[in-house]
Amino acid sequence: MTEAVLNVSGLTKSFQMHHLDNTLHAFRDVNFSLKQGEFVLLKGPNGVGKSTLLRTIYRTYLPVDGKVMFHSARGDIDLANAADIDVALLRAEEIGFVTQFLVARPRVAAEDIVAEPLRLAGVAPEDALDQARHWLNVFGVKEKLWKAYPTTFSGGEQQKVNLARALILPRRLLLLDEPTASLDAGARAALTKRLDELKKEGVAMIGVFHHPGDVAELVDRTIELTMVSEERRPADVAV
Amino acid sequence: MSVDMKLERSAPQFITHEPLLHMTNISKRYGDVVALDQVGAKVYPGEVLGIVGESGSGKSTLLRMMNVQELPDKGTYHLDIETEKPNLFDVDRYARLQLQSRHIGIVYQNPHQGLLMKHTSSGNVAERLLIAGERSFANLRAKASDALDASEFPLERMDAPPIELSGGMQQRVQLAKAIALEPALLLLDEPTTGLDVSVQALVLDTLKRLQQDRKITMVIVSHDLGVIRTMADRVMVMRRGQVVEQGLVDQVFQDPQHAYTQQLVHAKL
Repeated sequence: MTEAVLNVSGLTKSFQMHHLDNTLHAFRDVNFSLKQGEFVLLKGPNGVGKSTLLRTIYRTYLPVDGKVMFHSARGDIDLANAADIDVALLRAEEIGFVTQFLVARPRVAAEDIVAEPLRLAGVAPEDALDQARHWLNVFGVKEKLWKAYPTTFSGGEQQKVNLARALILPRRLLLLDEPTASLDAGARAALTKRLDELKKEGVAMIGVFHHPGDVAELVDRTIELTMVSEERRPADVAV
Repeated sequence: MSVDMKLERSAPQFITHEPLLHMTNISKRYGDVVALDQVGAKVYPGEVLGIVGESGSGKSTLLRMMNVQELPDKGTYHLDIETEKPNLFDVDRYARLQLQSRHIGIVYQNPHQGLLMKHTSSGNVAERLLIAGERSFANLRAKASDALDASEFPLERMDAPPIELSGGMQQRVQLAKAIALEPALLLLDEPTTGLDVSVQALVLDTLKRLQQDRKITMVIVSHDLGVIRTMADRVMVMRRGQVVEQGLVDQVFQDPQHAYTQQLVHAKL
């Protein structure tokens, strides 16, 4: 029997922008569920809130209403209201988020960035590095870049480092926010292959894809988001 | 919203251990000036809490109280380090000194505050060990050298006095001194402010590595959001002596709820 991993109900997100004295509605009353090994594709026009939905599930954005029941290996928990410390624990152990933006510390080598989640999970440093190099190789990062600092890499190379890092640990739930944007064909194929393996291992996935054709074979279900309001939020502020 | 509601959305469900650091209702006035107004804080073992806010928001005052070097007018402070957990603001001066030397490490923005500038760097670190009762010269030197090495300080310079070292190196000596006794809690007050950007990146990398390898619980105060984003798991935003918002670092920086936090985040270059 396939277990449910995620039950989202009545999920609503808006942004209160104090300096404009305005509230911008992102999405309202989103309901869906996700089972082990299931792959759901999120669709909808630009600005409809697809990435916002993924970030709200991950708790980068705070929902204003609704529930995000996550069926963790530790028990059931509502991510919409969970304590920060519990969310941090689940991010370290069970929930992965893959974006097109690399969050790297300055002066840290690519292979160390990729190995970090393994080291934090208790894998011996040398083993963690070996696995990191394996995945860098799989995603097509050249060996001469493994010890370089990714903060200076091109967008595509950064994205490969990001993927290697995000997919190095087995997760229960993966949120994929345009993971193929800015990737070359070889890396896109490697990603599709890796996602297929993860799906077979039972990882539940929901994602937005720049090239949905890449993952067409994996998709079990499609969820389409539609506009709730003409008011849109300006571009996200990166800090 | 009550003070406690601001601290947590709901009680932890999976994290069953007690917070290492637990402060409640801390208030402090200097004459007419309210420095801290009913501030609470919890830090769990192995976690890094960042505190941001503009000058005068009370963040450094709060950190000094975590180091029990300053006492509030009101409030409680417990550290989960021994079976008996008295309010640390009530213990006598001797017990406070013991806490400061054995269980809490601190790195100040200004190395003059944390170091004897004309003693050797190794001596500065060894002083900590002496206070804790280490008497063998060989052990003192070996342990000081371990702590300096862990702080990525070049050991060939361990006998140079801090006054002859660069700002980045002075911070590494402070760090070595702070971690020499493997404290339960490491406090950092603007540890990289005033350093060159490239040196700042190196010191932050050392801090992050140490934190991860030793699972040290840290509280880091900075007005630099980039430093907090790099270092912290959770962040507390302070303004005029109050905590206006707190949450996971990515949440507070990407979806700030309070008007002040929104201003702060939007002002980031």
